[in-house]
Amino acid sequence: MSAGTLYDKVWDLHRVAELPGGSTQLFIGLHLIHEVTSPQAFAALRDLGLGVRHPERTVATVDHIVPTTSQARPLADPLAEEMLATLETNCSQHGITLHGLGSGRQGIVHVIAPELGLTQPGMTVACGDSHTSTHGAFGAIAFGIGTSQVRDVLASQSLAMAKLKVRRIWVDGRLQSGVYAKDLVLHIIRTLGVKGGVGYAYEFAGPAIEALSMEERMTLCNMAIEGGARCGYVNPDATTFAYLQGRPSAPSGEAWQRAVAWWSHLASGPDAVFDDEVRFDAAAIAPTITWGITPGQGIGVDETVPTLEQTAPEERPLAQEAYRYMDLQPGSPIAGTPVDVCFIGSCTNGRISDLQAAAAVAKGRQVAAGIKAFVVPGSEQVAAAAKAEGLDAVFTAAGFEWREPGCSMCLAMNPDRLEGRQVSASSSNRNFKGRQGSATGRTLLMSPAMVAAAAITGRVTDVRELLGA
Amino acid sequence: MSTRPASALPSGPIRQHRGRGVAVVGTDIDTDRIIPARFLKCVTFDDLARGAFADDRMELAGSHPFDRSVHQEASVLVVNSNFGCGSSREHAPQALMRWGIRALIGESYAEIFFGNCLAMGIPCLSAEPATVRALQEAIAADPGAELLLDLEALEVELESEFVGANRWPVHLDPGPHQMLLSGQWDGTAQLVAHDAQLTATASALPYLNGFR
Repeated sequence: MSAGTLYDKVWDLHRVAELPGGSTQLFIGLHLIHEVTSPQAFAALRDLGLGVRHPERTVATVDHIVPTTSQARPLADPLAEEMLATLETNCSQHGITLHGLGSGRQGIVHVIAPELGLTQPGMTVACGDSHTSTHGAFGAIAFGIGTSQVRDVLASQSLAMAKLKVRRIWVDGRLQSGVYAKDLVLHIIRTLGVKGGVGYAYEFAGPAIEALSMEERMTLCNMAIEGGARCGYVNPDATTFAYLQGRPSAPSGEAWQRAVAWWSHLASGPDAVFDDEVRFDAAAIAPTITWGITPGQGIGVDETVPTLEQTAPEERPLAQEAYRYMDLQPGSPIAGTPVDVCFIGSCTNGRISDLQAAAAVAKGRQVAAGIKAFVVPGSEQVAAAAKAEGLDAVFTAAGFEWREPGCSMCLAMNPDRLEGRQVSASSSNRNFKGRQGSATGRTLLMSPAMVAAAAITGRVTDVRELLGA
Repeated sequence: MSTRPASALPSGPIRQHRGRGVAVVGTDIDTDRIIPARFLKCVTFDDLARGAFADDRMELAGSHPFDRSVHQEASVLVVNSNFGCGSSREHAPQALMRWGIRALIGESYAEIFFGNCLAMGIPCLSAEPATVRALQEAIAADPGAELLLDLEALEVELESEFVGANRWPVHLDPGPHQMLLSGQWDGTAQLVAHDAQLTATASALPYLNGFR
């Protein structure tokens, strides 16, 4: 059983009560809500005659259903408009801050909470969205919940939880040029599998992790859930504190020094005990891309689609299903695979450094004929920062469409979606069948720079060739 | 797409369930497969049954287990490993429940999906791969056979005049087990009742108290 890890310390600080049957009632320090998974929770609250216990610890935005072309109200889709209006009503009735369209602070919930300084080390963070693991980048214990649990957090600012085991994922070395946090996490999931993390929190540590920026750490923790780990985190350090200092909701003045002292002592100590440990070498990782229908079906861009013989027996039925669905031949190179749509954005890779990396590839080049390529910034603040440094102009000059912030084609709840059997090169997090809005659409997950490279050449391309790396 | 009127939704202690089985075979079936995102554009769960496995059912044009006439009375879903991975959308188990599912038996489940089911009073029982295979074969051979789930004994029994009777152990962790047996799976009231303890926990958290 783990001891002395950040997970253990944060867990103990937030314990409210032990519940019959062995679960723990855990206080939730930050509750993030959005339009898709909250309306039924507010309705249940009304049915129970309950209010919101800590509206000041609850923060809302709208991201999943917003169009990325015109965001004028009412939204063109009446169902989307109804969901947004319902969120507005619920927030207004319960005194919850909503960062709405045009507020300057709207965006994907996992992009805006960090950039506003809401997410801080040592917090428990819950949201009705599985990618809440993103916030673990700050040394928070953050996890996705369903709507019944959203109701519980609204009503009681707490949840009934079972404690997870802790696996330390230690990464030595440094990522090579042209290899990003996205490649690292796809490599980890490829190695440990999509269910390898079930029952675990992942602690990411080691020299390669310490060298990552906060935005890279967010990309890494974001996809912990794709490896089955509901929660992933990085111990807070000077990089964390430098990111937080001066953000609107971060502590300031004398409280800042006290906060840094407290945050520092939360990190897993040298004598921390882990339930499991796995080691990786960052230098050995190539740009990584998925070929199949789960995020675990990934390979280096210089590799071939695994054959059945190269696949573990229990994974073979899924591999066969993936060959059929993706129409890829086992043993064939993934590089050179033609793509139709190129999507840069999402809570995984929609931040300013992601757009900078993609723009570095796109600059002075042209999107290949017949390719639809578009960039969806993760938030209004990301969009403003990108415009301030001219990235929007770089993208549009290269033939990319520049859009308004939202979740967009990551899950295709808005008008952005694949059609028919289109193949997308996507900087998002899931390549599940039908995920991007067409029941037969196909998704290749990769880093934003790799998506930009695919847009330029029209094919899966090792971005290092374009970067001269 | 066919749907059927839902029987009463779960309430109170859940000690046993009797019903026909329906098997959806495959590993790592994610919640986008269970209900595609376009069905999430709603502000209530009431109408979600039509979204259950919608893309798979469209592709199989009537031959998906959820569309086969022999399974229209089924209430026990038999699955393989890591069922319900991916998105946290409670719409997925809500769609299954509103289609008629009242319990699952499978090799393993994704955690958020398991928790969502528990909060709805839907037990996700785990079983050995051999048990799951035997159940899938029995359901294929005799879709009319009834499964008897005994949550107190943690056993599933199959009654069939064609494939005979059989009984297998199933597993449920002690916490969820007790919550279902006691009827406290819908835990809001319990959480709200600990208000004084909650206040005490909050008052000791540095980040809620100026980091003092």
